[in-house]
Amino acid sequence: MYQFNYHSPKNIEEALNIYNTCEEPKFLAGGMTLIASMKQRLIAPSDLIDLRTISNLSEISLNNNIIRIGSLCSHDKISNNDIIKSNIVNMSKLASGIGDPAVRNMGTIGGSIANSDPAADWPAAVLALNANIVTNNREINNKEVFTNMFETCLEENEIITEINFEIPEFFNYIKFPNPASRYAIVGVAIAKYENKVSVAISGASHTPFIAKELSDALTMNFSDNIPLNTISSDELNEDIHASSEYRANLIDVLTKKVLKTY
Amino acid sequence: MHEISIQITVNDKVIEKDIMPNVLLIDFLREELKLTGSHVGCDTSQCGACMVLYDETAIKACSILVAQLNGKKISTIENLEKDGVLHPMQEAFRNNHGLQCGFCTPGMIISAISLVKENNNPDESTIRKHLEGNLCRCTGYQNIVKSIEEGANKMRELGDI
Repeated sequence: MYQFNYHSPKNIEEALNIYNTCEEPKFLAGGMTLIASMKQRLIAPSDLIDLRTISNLSEISLNNNIIRIGSLCSHDKISNNDIIKSNIVNMSKLASGIGDPAVRNMGTIGGSIANSDPAADWPAAVLALNANIVTNNREINNKEVFTNMFETCLEENEIITEINFEIPEFFNYIKFPNPASRYAIVGVAIAKYENKVSVAISGASHTPFIAKELSDALTMNFSDNIPLNTISSDELNEDIHASSEYRANLIDVLTKKVLKTY
Repeated sequence: MHEISIQITVNDKVIEKDIMPNVLLIDFLREELKLTGSHVGCDTSQCGACMVLYDETAIKACSILVAQLNGKKISTIENLEKDGVLHPMQEAFRNNHGLQCGFCTPGMIISAISLVKENNNPDESTIRKHLEGNLCRCTGYQNIVKSIEEGANKMRELGDI
């Protein structure tokens, strides 16, 4: 790993001030991706600004049907939280399926969203559920966050502070994990609200995305009798783990599997 | 690039040092403190041989900077044996042939203890699921799972949960 300077700000303002004075700074959350990338010298920031030293970013609260999750909450904390368990139980299951226990103890929801790994699990939940990403200076609609592979609409010196989820009538996420990394080869998240159903797909493309035809069909008729092959394999990833045709098929298989849990 | 002053408690001993920010916990433990019980199996956060306890949960020492643990306490495999008496989880691994070459064992035992702290009566499938972050390439998992079942029972009996 290359050398860098390390900072431990006490609050967001201090973190931003440090950011603005550094050459090539990076914010550090749980570090489960960032530190691994630095070790491989894929990335070499001049300065790391540790957000875990900021105290009020790891709370979970419920207010008027909206669950607010602090960006620095670890996956483990979310998976064991009573508010999450009693309101969106399958979100706690999603959190408990990320990586492995040691990764879940460190990795954070905010870090996962900011990293925008197309095969990560949180982005699918963020897209499927009615959700907002709150940062130090604005609220971002869930549909605008993930712009490309490892890219978000976040500005350079913008910090996610919390994620708001509206409690749905039904939510579930099932992934077909890569057995080594536990990242999704394909993952399907479905959220059902009174007037709208959204199906979000992770792992299959360069960015998580909403399966529009499936979402529309399920909004009309919420059953597992879904239209098949609505997503062309031409648009999907192909790698050593799975061909694009295999991924396209997995989308249908997993969508049905999720619906069977309703 | 500047050194930073850190204070970290390792195995109940307070250590104050000036270090470069890019020092990983595993290198600090092994190279600086000569605590070589935590192993480096993969260095890519897959194998779990480097696991240590932080607030009773297991973390991978290859994937965290010492700087991130400033002011915190961690505990390594070396801290389990007390006055020549093995920790019940270590004893259980010995009783059940839960190790062959022993390379993954420190991580397995740390991981197992963190599981029991969370769930004092884990069944076989819970144990297997919990071991997702620990790779063993020679013992086979049967005896490891058996060891953890016995270790959990022993810890529960002793009230060490």
